[in-house]
Amino acid sequence: MDYGVGNLFSIYNALHHVGANPKRITDPAALSEAGGLVVPGVGSFGRCMQKLSPFKDALFESLERGTPMLGICVGMQLLFEKSEESPDEGLGWVDGQVVRLPDTVLIPQMGWNELSIKKDVEILNGINEGDRFYFVHSYHCVPKDASMIAATTDYGMKITAVISRDNLFAVQFHPEKSGAKGLSILENFVRLTRC
Amino acid sequence: MLAKRIIPCLDCDLAVAQGRVVKGIEFKQIRYAGIPWELATRYYQEGADEIIFLDITASHERRDTMVNVIKQTAENVFVPLAVGGGIKTLEDARTIFNAGADKVTVNTTALKRPEIITEIAEEYGNQACVVAIDAKRRYESFENRITVPTPKGECWFECSFYGGREFTGIDAIAWAKKVEELGAGEIMLTSMDRDGTYDGFDIELTETASSRVRIPVIASGGCGNAKHILEVFEKTHASAALAASIFHYDEWPIGDLKQYLADNGVLVRL
Repeated sequence: MDYGVGNLFSIYNALHHVGANPKRITDPAALSEAGGLVVPGVGSFGRCMQKLSPFKDALFESLERGTPMLGICVGMQLLFEKSEESPDEGLGWVDGQVVRLPDTVLIPQMGWNELSIKKDVEILNGINEGDRFYFVHSYHCVPKDASMIAATTDYGMKITAVISRDNLFAVQFHPEKSGAKGLSILENFVRLTRC
Repeated sequence: MLAKRIIPCLDCDLAVAQGRVVKGIEFKQIRYAGIPWELATRYYQEGADEIIFLDITASHERRDTMVNVIKQTAENVFVPLAVGGGIKTLEDARTIFNAGADKVTVNTTALKRPEIITEIAEEYGNQACVVAIDAKRRYESFENRITVPTPKGECWFECSFYGGREFTGIDAIAWAKKVEELGAGEIMLTSMDRDGTYDGFDIELTETASSRVRIPVIASGGCGNAKHILEVFEKTHASAALAASIFHYDEWPIGDLKQYLADNGVLVRL
């Protein structure tokens, strides 16, 4: 989904590399045609939310229809009710908030951190405890329902790294920038979409 | 815990088709190392945590060549790609991002027009704006400088621009703090005294900067072997180490280097 934040070349190239046939969707009306949806996000929560606004209803319909959806980085944070980063309301599909990383650590967290796997989910097929992924973020997601958390990472405290609920998946790190392991996650997602 | 990053830096001469990777010694003499996208792909496969391209073409009129280099690299390399050299405006940065880069590095432009840092950070996020600082030791004129004791005596660090050809009189450590305030997500700190010498990183420079800012510092300049990288991680707060020659001329394959670091207690991605 290309809703006008950041550039989508990396995710496009990575999806292509794992055998998918990605299409950039810039028109909310076209969301219903997608067999699977990747929701990226770069920059501030508020700016992303504002840009996302025209897509909100169509995106929710896709979710309800069961279209597999993958939020990446700020694209994960948008799923929550609100963020300390800006006053804008989030999508609120996941109960909980997005809060700033603790001031005991360098902000942003930038670099490769390890996953601690909490749940056996299809999107993490082939991923092992301790595998490293590329994170770049200043805020992190705190879901109310801990059973959604599929994996965490440790950065001054436990940070939600992967969530999964039915057809909704989201990762705080950048799978498209996380080498072969990141590509595996995208490949798992593509398999779920059957496209 | 977060791993320390190993970053190969590819200095690119774009005056020929496809470009070519070169490496200077103390910012002067030049050796050739290969074709940029091919070398980047090899380093990615060997385990590089990130790749940096620096356009060192004197004229910077080779923007199309750089765009092609980035595009071809982005199709094959799935770790972050930073690109710098000759970025003067937000529009220049956009061209680089649109080709597929994840970060841009600015140096001379930031010193002449610091607002460029904020402009890039606002549009692409802080993480996308790396400020490169080229610093040289000065053993005199200490007034209003941040000084450190070294085995050769007290010194401060002066910022250079125009690829090391001119000096600014600006204190590199004070500048590092300033760029953090302006929204830089990361600092790539190069010792001009050590660059290309194989003598090891400038530990005093790296530690002085990395202990005073709250954003990641990439240590650069002087890496001649794996021990130097171990040393910079043991003695400073650097988040990443950058090297060029030891990778280009096959002295240290990245996999071997990372295994050596892991064996010596440094957290790295293997």
